[in-house]
Amino acid sequence: MFIRQVFARPQKFNIFFKRFINECYQIGIGSLGIVSIMSVFMGAVITLQTAYNIDSWYIPPYTVGFTARQSIILEFSPTIISLILAGIVGSKISSEIGSMRVSQQIDALDIMGVNSAGFLVLPKITGAVFMFPFLIAISMFLGLLGGLVFGYLSGEITLQRYVYGLQYYFDDYAVKYALTKTLFFAFIITSIASYFGYYTSGGSVEVGRSSTKAVIISSIFILLVNYLLTQLILI
Amino acid sequence: MIEVRSISKSFGNNPVLKNISATFEKGKVNMIIGQSGSGKTVIAKCIVGLMEVDQGEILYDGQDFVKLDKQQRMDIRRKIGFLFQYSALFDSMTVEENVMFPMKMFTQMSKEEMLDRVNFCLKRVNMADKNALYPSELSGGMQKRVGIARAISLNPSYLFCDEPNSGLDPRTSIVIDNLIKEITEEFNMTTVVISHDMNSVIEIGQNINFLYSGELWWKGDKKGLITTDNEEVNKFVYSSEFMQLLKEKLAASFK
Repeated sequence: MFIRQVFARPQKFNIFFKRFINECYQIGIGSLGIVSIMSVFMGAVITLQTAYNIDSWYIPPYTVGFTARQSIILEFSPTIISLILAGIVGSKISSEIGSMRVSQQIDALDIMGVNSAGFLVLPKITGAVFMFPFLIAISMFLGLLGGLVFGYLSGEITLQRYVYGLQYYFDDYAVKYALTKTLFFAFIITSIASYFGYYTSGGSVEVGRSSTKAVIISSIFILLVNYLLTQLILI
Repeated sequence: MIEVRSISKSFGNNPVLKNISATFEKGKVNMIIGQSGSGKTVIAKCIVGLMEVDQGEILYDGQDFVKLDKQQRMDIRRKIGFLFQYSALFDSMTVEENVMFPMKMFTQMSKEEMLDRVNFCLKRVNMADKNALYPSELSGGMQKRVGIARAISLNPSYLFCDEPNSGLDPRTSIVIDNLIKEITEEFNMTTVVISHDMNSVIEIGQNINFLYSGELWWKGDKKGLITTDNEEVNKFVYSSEFMQLLKEKLAASFK
């Protein structure tokens, strides 16, 4: 019922488009800083831990780059960053819509004859679905770059070997798989957060509660869908 | 004109509205009064369709709102202006954007036409030149006035005001009350005010409906409200010491 309302045809396309652009900015640019920081250090730690764990003469050194690439592209960037975004974007959406509900702003939209669910939620879902792949692609790049820089600075691996490892048996299907997962995660995060925000009742305590529930439920769904998609697409 | 006929509403096993029938006349300030928990806000929400009634009819100029489909309901809602208890202004929008919002959504007016209408509505509620402010920068009374400006921006046929004076000082309350009355007469709207504020009732009430425990206990005009022998109405009207002191004077002035 909620999703049907959300995906009803926008009443004014130009207003929807403006809101969509605004959401792209809020979700995309608003999350870029934390995604960048997380990705660089995640890549650095993965590289250093891999180097530490395969410190053996019969495993070629470029394996560090290869393992970092596979870990970052297949799992860390799409899934871990999405889990972080579930916390950042999900709680923001849920509390924003929840506050509008408890301050009767959603009732005001309904009484005016505006499809409030569509007006508020559709730009958020489409904005997130549009922006998440870019965020995750940036995360992949920065993760690999972080691995390169910190791996080199620590003296664990040379630049040439790391880059060789990154290129070793590279299959772009892994990137496609990761970005496909991201689309699902974007939908999960925004729709669940919007749902909990939209059906908030009470006051500020309930807004906080909805926000927490939204983050927990969307994180569980991300993990579940991650498993299912891996089984379906990758294996 | 709005008519409600035999409407009932329950939450689970708790009946909140019991077989209520009332008429809200055009060009008048119709009031629904009663103590907290009497069902005032629920009846207003049912009339505008934010809640569904369990039974009964809600007629907007003869059209039964209960039986209409979603699109037809939306068409009627566009003729409704609603002033919320806490204004419910969109806090991410400026005063101008708030008042312009219904026009943007439902009309094909040009930007200049919309701006003219916004300025007219804001001037009408004495909020001219406040276009660029955000709701958080306004006092409670100013927010109410912007709420009224937004409510009348599409020139509605029906205006609902839910506790328009809540949180306002007595002087500002009178300003808001008089504004509601003037606008009702000026635009010949059917106005329904939900209130428990006796000052408002005395100031602007023309057609008064008293709810008690979900039932329409009494209806009439201002004079009738002051002079009635109905025990529950008297308990409500003269609940404060101040009103008790005024009782004889009020009764004398309405004779």
